[in-house]
Amino acid sequence: MATLQLQNVCKRYGAVDVIRDLSLDIADGEFIVFVGPSGCGKSTLIRMIAGLEEINSGALLIEGQRMNEVGPADRGLAMVFQSYALYPHMSVRENMSFALRLARVPRAERDRKVAEVARILHLEPHLDHKPGQLSGGQRQRVAIGRAIVRNPRIFLFDEPLSNLDAALRGQMRGELARLHEEIDATMIYVTHDQVEAMTMADRIVVLQAGRIEQVGTPLEIYRHPVNLFVAGFMGSPPMNQLPGQIVDCSNAGVRVELAGHVAVAIAATSRAVKMNDAVILGVRPEGLRLDPAGSLAGTIHLVERLGSISLIHVDLDQGSRVIAQVGATEDVRSRQRVTLTIEPVHCHVFDQTGRALMSLS
Amino acid sequence: MRASRVSHTSVMLLAWTVALVVFFPIAWTVLTSFKTESSAIDASAMLHFQPTLSSYSEVFDRAQYVDYAINSLIVSVGATLLVAILAVPCAYSMAFHPARSTRGLLLWMLSTKMLPPVGVLMPMYILFRSMGLLDTRIGLILMDTLMNLPLAVWMLFTFFKEIPRDILEAGRMDGARVTDEIRHLLLPLALPGLASTSLLSLIFCWNEAFWSLTLTSSSAAPLAAFIASFSSPEGLFFAKLSAASTLAFAPILVLGWLGQRRLVRGLTFGAVK
Amino acid sequence: MTSRHRASLLWTPAVILLAAGSIIPLLMTLWFSAQHYNLVTPDLTGFAGFENYRLLIGDPAFWASLRNTLVLVGSVLLVTIVLGVALAVLFNQDFPGRNITRLLVIAPFFIMPTVSALIWKNLLMHPVYGVFGIVARDLGGTAVDWFADHPMVSLIMILSWEWLPFSSLILLTALQSLDQEQLEAARMDGAGAMARFVWITLPHLRRAVSVVIMMETIFLLAVFAEIFVTTSGGPGTATTNLAYLIYGRALLQFDIGGAAAGGVIAIILANIVAALLARTMATQLEA
Repeated sequence: MATLQLQNVCKRYGAVDVIRDLSLDIADGEFIVFVGPSGCGKSTLIRMIAGLEEINSGALLIEGQRMNEVGPADRGLAMVFQSYALYPHMSVRENMSFALRLARVPRAERDRKVAEVARILHLEPHLDHKPGQLSGGQRQRVAIGRAIVRNPRIFLFDEPLSNLDAALRGQMRGELARLHEEIDATMIYVTHDQVEAMTMADRIVVLQAGRIEQVGTPLEIYRHPVNLFVAGFMGSPPMNQLPGQIVDCSNAGVRVELAGHVAVAIAATSRAVKMNDAVILGVRPEGLRLDPAGSLAGTIHLVERLGSISLIHVDLDQGSRVIAQVGATEDVRSRQRVTLTIEPVHCHVFDQTGRALMSLS
Repeated sequence: MRASRVSHTSVMLLAWTVALVVFFPIAWTVLTSFKTESSAIDASAMLHFQPTLSSYSEVFDRAQYVDYAINSLIVSVGATLLVAILAVPCAYSMAFHPARSTRGLLLWMLSTKMLPPVGVLMPMYILFRSMGLLDTRIGLILMDTLMNLPLAVWMLFTFFKEIPRDILEAGRMDGARVTDEIRHLLLPLALPGLASTSLLSLIFCWNEAFWSLTLTSSSAAPLAAFIASFSSPEGLFFAKLSAASTLAFAPILVLGWLGQRRLVRGLTFGAVK
Repeated sequence: MTSRHRASLLWTPAVILLAAGSIIPLLMTLWFSAQHYNLVTPDLTGFAGFENYRLLIGDPAFWASLRNTLVLVGSVLLVTIVLGVALAVLFNQDFPGRNITRLLVIAPFFIMPTVSALIWKNLLMHPVYGVFGIVARDLGGTAVDWFADHPMVSLIMILSWEWLPFSSLILLTALQSLDQEQLEAARMDGAGAMARFVWITLPHLRRAVSVVIMMETIFLLAVFAEIFVTTSGGPGTATTNLAYLIYGRALLQFDIGGAAAGGVIAIILANIVAALLARTMATQLEA
């Protein structure tokens, strides 16, 4: 059982709080992704878990045991670095067997383990090459292999794909997912790329300025973001945000009026708001529909045709700018006048503090 | 493009002339070492003479060159080893585990190198005498170590700083303790830097000519002191001086030539790379 | 984390050795300089206060040595920097045999000071048997008795020859880091060779030149071996620098108190230069 718990963990650099009072429970076998903008503390967090940075206060527990004072090598973890950090003067074989050599594992067993891992990762032809002779993707796999050989309880990945080109990244995402199925270990993965987070994670931890904004499955995060930050960060293209005002509250929901006297009724709890409160209405591109009878009129200023769908960037008459998703065969052109309808079921309401009103459904 | 061809040729001529002029004293010494004493001072035999090894054999037989050379060798190699043993851990901890005091320590080490040796001549002499270290090889090894330690620490510090931090962190995750880190990762990766640091240290020890002259007299005197004895010679000595000099500088000259590209960093304490 | 804490203390053996080897002798020098301690007059002992310093300052030989030191250091610096820049520019060009000429030019740096000095004094500068004299006579002139008539100039020549490789090597390395595109841009802007040299090359070399000045000054202040084997400070005190003066006081006249006082002054002089150098180095530490 490789569970991990962070309890009220804090990290300070001089006068700056980098991680503030962070608590998190990670279950055995999970693929959990830490995601957030630069400077949110995700790399610091994973380095604290690894033992490469000290935890100023709070506790780190692995399988129920406190690990704050335990050295990095004795925590039962393995880490794949962003730069791979392969040993340039050693061959691939030596890179992967280094940890075993240090632990004085007998040679036969070392060779067996390395061969096995090399087979899983298709590294057999490169075992005697040096890292300098390999391509980026191959080096990536050696870094992963080095981690696997140690048979750790928990794998740590620090932005491992950011140094690869887009095509390779897509391929490696799939391979990592496949690896997770095969090895069935707990994996903690750090990235700034929310697409990686959405496609790979069992659960996502969204971080900002050293605090957890939300923890949940990808769909939960996407469909029910708890605040404006998560709503705006996750999902591409980002959620449209339209300022509005509460004009009706009841047990059935709230009614939000946008600029231009367009009103939308949303089934969300009205406990946190009252009449005339300023709110933000959030709606994702797929929640906006081309409708000749629609209430939002505007002019298209950009069309992005992605092949399967098209995205239209519309300057609304009432002042806001939105992105709407339309079918690929729709006849849309730049400078065209269109009218849009908001689908209430795809809407989110955020109060003045940025918190989302909870959905009633 | 004739103008550039002319300037190209004149650059070459000028450069070669300068180089030969600068190198001339050394070349002349080597030349003279193959003469006999009488032809060494014979103006008419400047360039036309019968080359001979007689001066070399005189230096070896009568002047006990070998004893002095062995002293130089033992002192230089000994001091270089001692410097390496002390400087590697020191530079390692300063480069990878810096503390608030690290910067101050490095600057202080630099300042000890600024100390003119003559300023502590008396105390050193007295200390050495009371510790029985006068005219001993160990004493000289100690002095040379003190003189070269700051340079070695600085040079190694700048070389170590160039090793990416996450390679060592990966080693730590793999279970490497400090000794493993140094042995399996740091030293192999910093080997060129270590080599040029040791080379520079060797050269400075071999050529050291202050403590060699003041703290030794007979049994531990290295080559620098041996050559100094030619300053008040008896009889004809030019050829012997040349032979002794050539023997004294030849090994270091060759080593220096081999490693010269990498020495700049050490010579300037890393300020110029 | 305990092994990490232990690792951060790995510098202790080196630092302790260096501290013992520098602080203890320094304190002793300071102590001696304030004592009556002269092996020639062994019965006169005890605290002397500033007497040694007073005697030293009242001694014309001291001022002569100070002046000689400054003349020596200043002249060698001037020659090595000016020629060093010139050689660096010259050898930065591409021409056949570039690598070999580079080796030839840096050779003097690797020669032992005692060897350099004696080679110059005997094989080259000797009025009767030296090459300079022979060539002068062949050309119909008379040989110059360098060490008798121009002892200081002779020393300056020897030291300049020893240190020119150092300065040219450093300056050449710095020059090679000059971005070619800067020079090309200047050329497009209409700057001739001299203008490019003055406005782009020289400023770029400023840092390296100051490093060379600092490093050479430190070592030149302490010149000893060359004087020891050639002039022994003479004729008279013509070539006695501060280092040789102290040596003479200490090991030849056995005036330990006086030598110590001289040593303190030499240390103060060196410290001023060191402070300036340390400031340049400190910026290097930021990098």
